[in-house]
Amino acid sequence: MDDLEIIAEKIVSQAMPGEEVEAFVAWDEETSIRIYNGAIENLSKSQSSGVGIRIVNNHRQGFAWAGTLDPSAIEFAITEARDNASFATEDEYLGLGTPDDVAPKDLDLWRDDLSSHSTDEKVSLALDLESTVKNSDKRIKSVESANYGDVSSMATVFTNTGMKASYRQTFSFISAHAIAVENDETQTGGGYSVGRTISELNLDKAASDATKRATRLLGASKPPSARMTVLFDPQVTTTLLAIISGTLSGEAVIKGRSLFAGRLNEQVASPMVSLVDDPTNPFAFGASVFDAEGYASRSNSLIAEGILQGFLYDTYSARRAGVRTTASAVRGGFSSTPGVGARALYLTPGTKSQPELIESIENGVLVQNISGVHSGVNPISGDFSVGAEGLLIKSGKLGSPVKEFTIASSLQRMLQEVVAVGNDVEWIPSVAAGVSLVVEGISLSGI
Amino acid sequence: MISQEVVQKVLAAAVARGGEFAEIFAEDKKSSSAAFDDGKVEELSSGVSRGAGIRVVVGDTTGFAHTADLSETGLLRAAEAARSVAMSAGSGTKTVALEQRSEHLLSKDILLPSQVGKKEKIELLQQMNHVARSTSGAIKQVSAGYGDSHRRILVANTDGVFATDEQVRTRIAVSVVAFGDTGMQTGYETAAFTMGFEMFEDVDIEELASLAANRAVRKLSARPAPSGTLPVVLQGGSGGILFHEACGHGLEADHIIKDSSVYKGKVGELVASPLITLVDDGTVHRQWGTAKIDDEGKPSQRNVLIKDGVLTDYMWDELRARKSNRASSGNGRRQSYQHLPMVRMTNTYLLEGSEKPETIIENTKHGVYVARLGGGQVNTATGDFVFGMTEAYLIEDGEITEPLRDANLIGNGPEVLKNIDAVADDFSITPGTCGKDGQSVPVGCGQATVRITEVTIGGTANG
Repeated sequence: MDDLEIIAEKIVSQAMPGEEVEAFVAWDEETSIRIYNGAIENLSKSQSSGVGIRIVNNHRQGFAWAGTLDPSAIEFAITEARDNASFATEDEYLGLGTPDDVAPKDLDLWRDDLSSHSTDEKVSLALDLESTVKNSDKRIKSVESANYGDVSSMATVFTNTGMKASYRQTFSFISAHAIAVENDETQTGGGYSVGRTISELNLDKAASDATKRATRLLGASKPPSARMTVLFDPQVTTTLLAIISGTLSGEAVIKGRSLFAGRLNEQVASPMVSLVDDPTNPFAFGASVFDAEGYASRSNSLIAEGILQGFLYDTYSARRAGVRTTASAVRGGFSSTPGVGARALYLTPGTKSQPELIESIENGVLVQNISGVHSGVNPISGDFSVGAEGLLIKSGKLGSPVKEFTIASSLQRMLQEVVAVGNDVEWIPSVAAGVSLVVEGISLSGI
Repeated sequence: MISQEVVQKVLAAAVARGGEFAEIFAEDKKSSSAAFDDGKVEELSSGVSRGAGIRVVVGDTTGFAHTADLSETGLLRAAEAARSVAMSAGSGTKTVALEQRSEHLLSKDILLPSQVGKKEKIELLQQMNHVARSTSGAIKQVSAGYGDSHRRILVANTDGVFATDEQVRTRIAVSVVAFGDTGMQTGYETAAFTMGFEMFEDVDIEELASLAANRAVRKLSARPAPSGTLPVVLQGGSGGILFHEACGHGLEADHIIKDSSVYKGKVGELVASPLITLVDDGTVHRQWGTAKIDDEGKPSQRNVLIKDGVLTDYMWDELRARKSNRASSGNGRRQSYQHLPMVRMTNTYLLEGSEKPETIIENTKHGVYVARLGGGQVNTATGDFVFGMTEAYLIEDGEITEPLRDANLIGNGPEVLKNIDAVADDFSITPGTCGKDGQSVPVGCGQATVRITEVTIGGTANG
C-alpha cells in the first residue's frame, strides 16, 4: 500500500495555485479458474493498476485516468484533467472533500493467507465443486462451468484538501452453473459461495444450491396470468434492493430523478420495511473502511418502519443539498469519477424462515430468478416488469415449477405491499444483502 | 506497438514447455468522454490504457495472463505466467514463423477524436439539451453524453497470424425526464458508429434529442401495459434485439459445444418461420459492431446463420473452431487486453421482407406496437428470453392508439421465431452494448418491422 501512497502523494504535490487535486490510485491481483468436464478450461492470473485524477479549479472539475502506473501516463492524466477542467461549467458546489470528525472503524476485510494458497489448491477446489454437482443428482447432465476466483485489492485516495485514506480487501468465491435434463427438457440453476479467503467458502452449499435450483424447475410450465403474492428468494431481493438504492441517491434527488424526492419523513413503504446502508458491517461484501472520496464509512438509516429517513450523499450532492456527506461516494474503478451509491444495504430481518413464510401464503409464487432487470425496470418512473421462474405456492405448500412468465408492479407499490421479511439474511457479493421477502398484489403474466 | 522480433520471441517462450497454440493480443486505447447534465457541462474525462494479454492453449486448457508492461521483459513474464498451465515438459525451443501478415490502416476520411477540439464535442451536448428542453414544458431534466475511442490492436499467434488494426468509435446519447400528473417518465436515444467525428455530418443530433423528449412526454399519458399474450408488431431498428436474444446468443459455438443451447444439433433443420433469414456481419460499413478484423486477427465476414427459416451455421471463434476442426467465422471478440476472447456477435440482423409496415399494422386486429426496445436477456440453455419495450402503443382495429408504460416481454426463442408471420421492407440497424460473461462489446442489431403472432406482455393491466 506504501507504493500507492507514494504515487498519490506525488500527484497531489503537483497542484498548481488555486487547484484542488485528488489522486485515486488502485491496484488489484486476480486469479480466475474455470473448470469444465474435469479439466481446466481457463486459468488466468493477473495484476492490474491505475490512477484516476480529479482537478477542481474555480469550481470547475476535470478528470482523466491511466490504466497503468507508468510515470509518463500519469503525467498525461494530470495534464488532461487540468485541461478538461477548463471546459466544464462553473458550479459553486463543486470541490473536493475536507476531513470531518468521523473516525475510521477498524474493519477486518483483508486476509493475508489468501495469497499463500497455491493455484493447484484453487484448481482442485473448483474440480471438487464440479464433481460434487455432477454426482449430486442423476438429472444433472453437465456443469456449464465451475469457477474459482479471488481478488485482492488496494486503493489510496489523497487530496491536497486534507483527505488521506488507504483501504484494502480480499474476496474469494466459487460458483457452479448446473444443467439438469429430464425427458428432453433442460433447466439451469446456479449456486455459489463467497468469503474473504478460501477457508470461508462453503462448497457443499454452492453445489447443493446449483443442483436444487436446476432440478426443481424440471417440468416447469407457463402459468396463467393472475395477480398474486410473490415470495422473493434472498438473491432476488438483493437485486430489488440494489434498484431501490438508486432512487435513494441524493444525487438523483437534486437532479430531479428520484421518485422519493420531497417525501422525507413520509410513509413510503410498509411498516415491515426498515432499510439501512451500513458499509462498516464486515460481513457485507461492499464494506470498506473509507468511501471513494476518503471519508470514514458510516451507517445510514434510509427507511425506518416504512418512513423515509434520508438519502445517500457524496461531497458534491451533500453540499448542494445543504447536508453532511453520508460517505456514500463509490467508484466503478480508477477510470471513473466518484458518484453516489449504496454499498451494504440490508433489510431488518423478520422472525420467519423461508419455509414458515411459504406456510403463510395461500396462493402465490416463489421466485428464484429474475431476468431483464436492465430492460424492464425503470427506476425513474418506477415501472417494474421482469422475467421470472420459480415454484407455485398453493395452500402453504410449494407446488409445481413455473417459467417463462413476468412479474410486474411498480417500485412504489411493491414497497408499500411488503407483508413479511424473512429471518434469513444472506450476505451476497452485491451492494445489498439477500433475505426472503413477501410482496402482495403483483401481476403475473403468463398464458 | 511491439516489434515482430519480440513477438516471435514471446510466442516461442509461451509454447516452450508444450501447448499447441499461443497468442499475443496487444492494445493501445485512448478514450475521451463528455457529460452534460442538469444544465451544466459536468465532466470531461480522458483515459489511456495499454497492455497485452497472452494465452497459451494446451489440450482443452487455456492459460492467460495480461500485463501493462509492453517491454520484452514484461511480455516474457506474462508468457511465463500464461504457460504455467502447460504441465508437460516440452522440448525447449520452438520457432514461430509469422507468415500471415495483415496490416489495416485507418481510412483517410476519418476525423480522429484527437483532431477535434473539446469545445466542439461539448457543443453537441449543449445543442441536444437545448432541443430536448424546448420540445415541451414537461421536460424537467436532460442529460447528454459523448464518447469516443481510438484503439490500436496487434494480434499474433503461433499459426503465423500477425495482424494489426486501428479502430475509431464515436457515440452520442441523450436521456430525458418528463414530469406530469402521473409522475416521471423517461426517453432515451443514441447514435453510435465505427467512425470518427465525421459521423456528425450524417447524424441529426437534434432529431435524436426531440425523439427522446417526445417519447418521455408521450409516456406521461401512457396506460399500464397489458398482462397476457397478444400479437406484437416490432418497428424496424431496435427490434433487432429480439433476434440477438431469441437466437443470436444460442447460435454462439461456445454454448453449442457445452450443450447449453436449444439450437444444438439443429443445423439443416427448420428453426424459424420461412420468412426469417438471419445474418451476423462484421463488415457492414461503419456500424457499431463492425471491425476489419476480430480480436483474434481473423478478417471480419458476413455469416448467414438462418436461411429461409433453416439453421445454416453457428458463430465461431478460434478456440471453438479448432475443436471442431473448421475455420473461425471471425466472431472472436474481447472487451480489452485484460480479457480472454470468446464467441461474440458483431452486427446481427434479419434480412428485410416485402410487406409495407402500414399493412402489417392494418392487418392486426388487437395487439401491441413496440416502437423501441431497450434491451434484453436470454437463458441459452432453455431458450427463454425477455426484452424490454421503452416506447409502445396499443393496436386496436388495425390502428396504433394509446401509449403504454414500459414493460418486459417474455418468450421462448425457438417458439417466437416460428411465430413470425410478417416481415416488412423498412430495414435499419441500431447500436447496442452486449454483455456476456462479464465482458461488454459494441454490437449492432437490425431488422425491418415484423409481427409475432403471440408473445407474453409483462404489464399489469388485465386483458
